[in-house]
Amino acid sequence: MDAPAHYFDWGFIHISYPNLLVIVLMIVLFGIALVAPFPHGSDRDV
Amino acid sequence: MSEQTLETSNDRSWTFRTRQWVDRVLPMDHLLPHRQPYYVGSWVYVFGVVTIAALVWVVVSGVVLSFMGPQWWHDSSLGHFFNSLHFWSVQLFFLFMVLHLWGQYFMAGWRDGRAATWMIGVVIFAASILTAFTGYLSQQNFASQFIAVNAKDAMNAGGIGAFFNVLNFGQMYGLHIMLLPITVTFLVVVHIVMVRARGVVKPIGPEGGSAS
Repeated sequence: MDAPAHYFDWGFIHISYPNLLVIVLMIVLFGIALVAPFPHGSDRDV
Repeated sequence: MSEQTLETSNDRSWTFRTRQWVDRVLPMDHLLPHRQPYYVGSWVYVFGVVTIAALVWVVVSGVVLSFMGPQWWHDSSLGHFFNSLHFWSVQLFFLFMVLHLWGQYFMAGWRDGRAATWMIGVVIFAASILTAFTGYLSQQNFASQFIAVNAKDAMNAGGIGAFFNVLNFGQMYGLHIMLLPITVTFLVVVHIVMVRARGVVKPIGPEGGSAS
């Protein structure tokens, strides 16, 4: 945990893998939230 | 007392007028609705409430940490657990707050008189960053010392180094556990009440305006 993180380098982009992982995870979560079916109960107006 | 006199005395009563104003602006069926519009049935609308859930855990674990103190959170297993609980709930708070921000940005959540709700959200974001920053400075370990010494130059360059002294643990800790959490919690309550007062924003219609 205390070791320095490895970095992803691509052109001007210089970002640690842990930070890159969090950003990718957020984009994936956002995409899933857009397309995943939401359970519709009887408490919603149609 | 005649009816006319009673009405005049009610009109002059500030409690009566305040109650009427609250009833008009925030009726109970808006504050605690039991039905939601159909378009709210999407996981995108869940990000905001998960952010609130994370904030509850941040505050609960923070209260325990503030009672027990730095020695406890560094030296005991239970202290490590609550330290981690505080840290990871903050990570989830920021992660879901940003997802909520993306969702509201793409659905233009500031439409139809909701600009103030959006702006308060922006202020909550800024206040949360300041709260997290003072939290990192309050850890009482080498990381907090490293962050404080490096941040001091930035604060001095910004001209607020003497007023906002990141090397002063007492000042940073006081801000972190008192002033800033109260600010964030208060603004979150205002944000939620404003959302409830106007309801969730309608989806963007095919011609660019709100769907009817």
